[in-house]
Amino acid sequence: MTTATDPEGGTFRPSMLIYDSRYRSATIQIVALIGFLLLIGWLVSNTVQNLADLGKSVGFGFLTEPAGYDINQRLLDYDSRDSHARASLMGLLNTLLVAVLGCIMATIVGVIVGVLRLSNNWLVARIMTVYVEMFRNVPVLLWIVFSMAILIETLPAPSAFRGDEPSASMLLGDSVALTNRGVYVPEPLFGRMDEEGHPLTWRQGLGDIHLFGEAWFRFDVSLELVVFLSTLIAGILVSRLIGQRADRIQNSTGVRPKTFWLRAAVIVVPSVIVLWLMGFYLGKPALRGFNFDGGTHLRNSFIALWLALSLYTAAFIAEIVRGGILAISKGQTEAAAALGIRPRRIMSLVILPQAMRVIIPPLISQYLNLTKNSSLAIAVGYMDLTGTLMGITLNQTGRELEAVMMTMLIYLAISLAISGAMNVYNNRVKLKER
Amino acid sequence: MKKSVFLGALTVAGFVAGSASAATLDDVQARGSLKCGSNSGLTGFAAPDANGHWEGFDVAVCRAVAAAVLGDPEAVEFVPTTPKTRFTALASGEVDILVRNTTWTLTRDVDLKFTFTGVNYYDGQGFIVPKALGVSSAKELDGATVCIQTGTTTELNLADFFRTNNISYEPVPIETNAEAQQQYLAGACDTYTTDASGLAATRASFENPADHAILPEIISKEPLGPLVRHGDDEWADIVRWTLNALVAAEEFGITSTNIEELASGTDNPEINRILGTEGTMGEMLGLEADWAMKAIAAGGNYGEIFEKNIGESTPIGLARGLNAQWKDGGLQYAPPFR
Repeated sequence: MTTATDPEGGTFRPSMLIYDSRYRSATIQIVALIGFLLLIGWLVSNTVQNLADLGKSVGFGFLTEPAGYDINQRLLDYDSRDSHARASLMGLLNTLLVAVLGCIMATIVGVIVGVLRLSNNWLVARIMTVYVEMFRNVPVLLWIVFSMAILIETLPAPSAFRGDEPSASMLLGDSVALTNRGVYVPEPLFGRMDEEGHPLTWRQGLGDIHLFGEAWFRFDVSLELVVFLSTLIAGILVSRLIGQRADRIQNSTGVRPKTFWLRAAVIVVPSVIVLWLMGFYLGKPALRGFNFDGGTHLRNSFIALWLALSLYTAAFIAEIVRGGILAISKGQTEAAAALGIRPRRIMSLVILPQAMRVIIPPLISQYLNLTKNSSLAIAVGYMDLTGTLMGITLNQTGRELEAVMMTMLIYLAISLAISGAMNVYNNRVKLKER
Repeated sequence: MKKSVFLGALTVAGFVAGSASAATLDDVQARGSLKCGSNSGLTGFAAPDANGHWEGFDVAVCRAVAAAVLGDPEAVEFVPTTPKTRFTALASGEVDILVRNTTWTLTRDVDLKFTFTGVNYYDGQGFIVPKALGVSSAKELDGATVCIQTGTTTELNLADFFRTNNISYEPVPIETNAEAQQQYLAGACDTYTTDASGLAATRASFENPADHAILPEIISKEPLGPLVRHGDDEWADIVRWTLNALVAAEEFGITSTNIEELASGTDNPEINRILGTEGTMGEMLGLEADWAMKAIAAGGNYGEIFEKNIGESTPIGLARGLNAQWKDGGLQYAPPFR
């Protein structure tokens, strides 16, 4: 401590640690810290001792062993011979998928409902109130199970599509099938092949590149997607250049040249040409054997979880949005109206940009809630991180401590990443005080 | 300074924490009831009846153990567990014994640190399909959607079966038997797979059991039996020999009806030893002399328990098959009581 340089001098006595206000707070903090460390130490040693009594050791070697189980929804290639680590990765990607899509849909629904709750239309405002109160006041697990039950019990089984007089039929020109095993939609494919895998036209896809060989985190990148996205981005950049040129002309001559069609063309035309050159077509699902084959299969478990999580969280976001809008002084609306701005543009140009400052911080915690609530996926058999690493892997290997700790750390990392990203965004939109 | 205090405290804490692992028998007797981890509801094996009284083939093992240890087959507290929670419940001491259609595997025995005390049902994994599906063999299930209870060995057998036969499938993981039944009946999966005994039990609870068929393929060996924690061999011995006593009772013709009569003494020394009128076997196990007599009187011998709960006269209608006595060509074989 800095007793030697104290201006009042004097000798240091141990009793001063308690009775001297200069040292008292430091003493209390050190004592509290020691107590806290002792508590942690006791917990750790207790765990280690109990594990030793059971004859168990702590280790992560199980992650490299073959998982042995299959996962239905996998975003990367995976089979039952892959390692537990890769199985966990599949689960993590499923968690992220439902979290990201859930956050997007919850935001869209939440903002619309929040704005409509303030509508002058009595009926619309009341309907939105009923929606918010219904979803907000029932546990999300019940909504998830309920959505799943509705999907399973109301939609037809794939066998209903079979036969000469099927009791169910596909929608949108035989391209979408709603079944009680999920929704089958067309998938984008490149380069038509015949039965033996020979290309049918001179236009072919580019194939994939495989990254990281045989490692558990290997993944394939579709070259078609890369080419298409780069064309699209290049188109958007060119379109912006055209817009900037139009700005310059407007600034110097006062007349803005009409550029809308040109700007749309530089984005759309090259992309379409690239897609055509790569033999783009939509692969439609078709009934084969027990199930629909081809197309993208959105499983019931995913749809139920996604809908329930986003509608539930949207109810909270709606309240946050409503609060944010109400926080903006009514004078702002009146001033904008006095300038002759229409009500819808007042909302989008004047009110919402200011309300964002109030909305963003609580919105972050709603995103975190949605992400963490996605761990309820096991209720409908959606194979997320909790279903793979903390579910089947834990059960088959018996590594409770390791699996639970890893799962906690991963959720922690995801949550910190979300709040980090949202804080950056918040700093950009918050009021610049000078 | 701070560090050494911390380490010292750690050592003290370590000593305090070290005094775990007591004798299960003493705990059970002091508590006056046996905590038995059971299925959360599988007709015939473990399910509460209309009055909330637990009944079933697995339940009978718990009742027999309670009768042997406490003298009262009703002194059992049933703790329903799911496939995922069962091992944690046993390892943490929440239950004293787990009798829940649990397959004896090397990993569970060695790595999860449990002791399997015998096999009360030799089972194998099968598939149930609606007859309307027109499938007669599991190998015709290419592309089928398969409902499966997650956290079980069946999950791994299923992956191996489809892999070795080079056919594809879509797994639908489900937490409990009841949910699986709901999804299967709604047609959300083409077939449901679990132990064949479980399938028979599940089918018995359907509205129209005759519309569903169990496919002939049995794709795995599933020896189901009671298990206890590693490290308490006395307790494991009690459970093991209670089960053996039930099996031996059937072999020697000891039934719940004639047990009183036989207990007064017979010419067969082995029966006398089982029923405790000769020898000191109860004492060796740390129990009363008539421990096995009480265990058998609780629900009858192995054959009686089988017939009453899952046998051919019940809606579940399972044949003895592999579970017949060794003399009748089955695998149920009790080591000698000597």
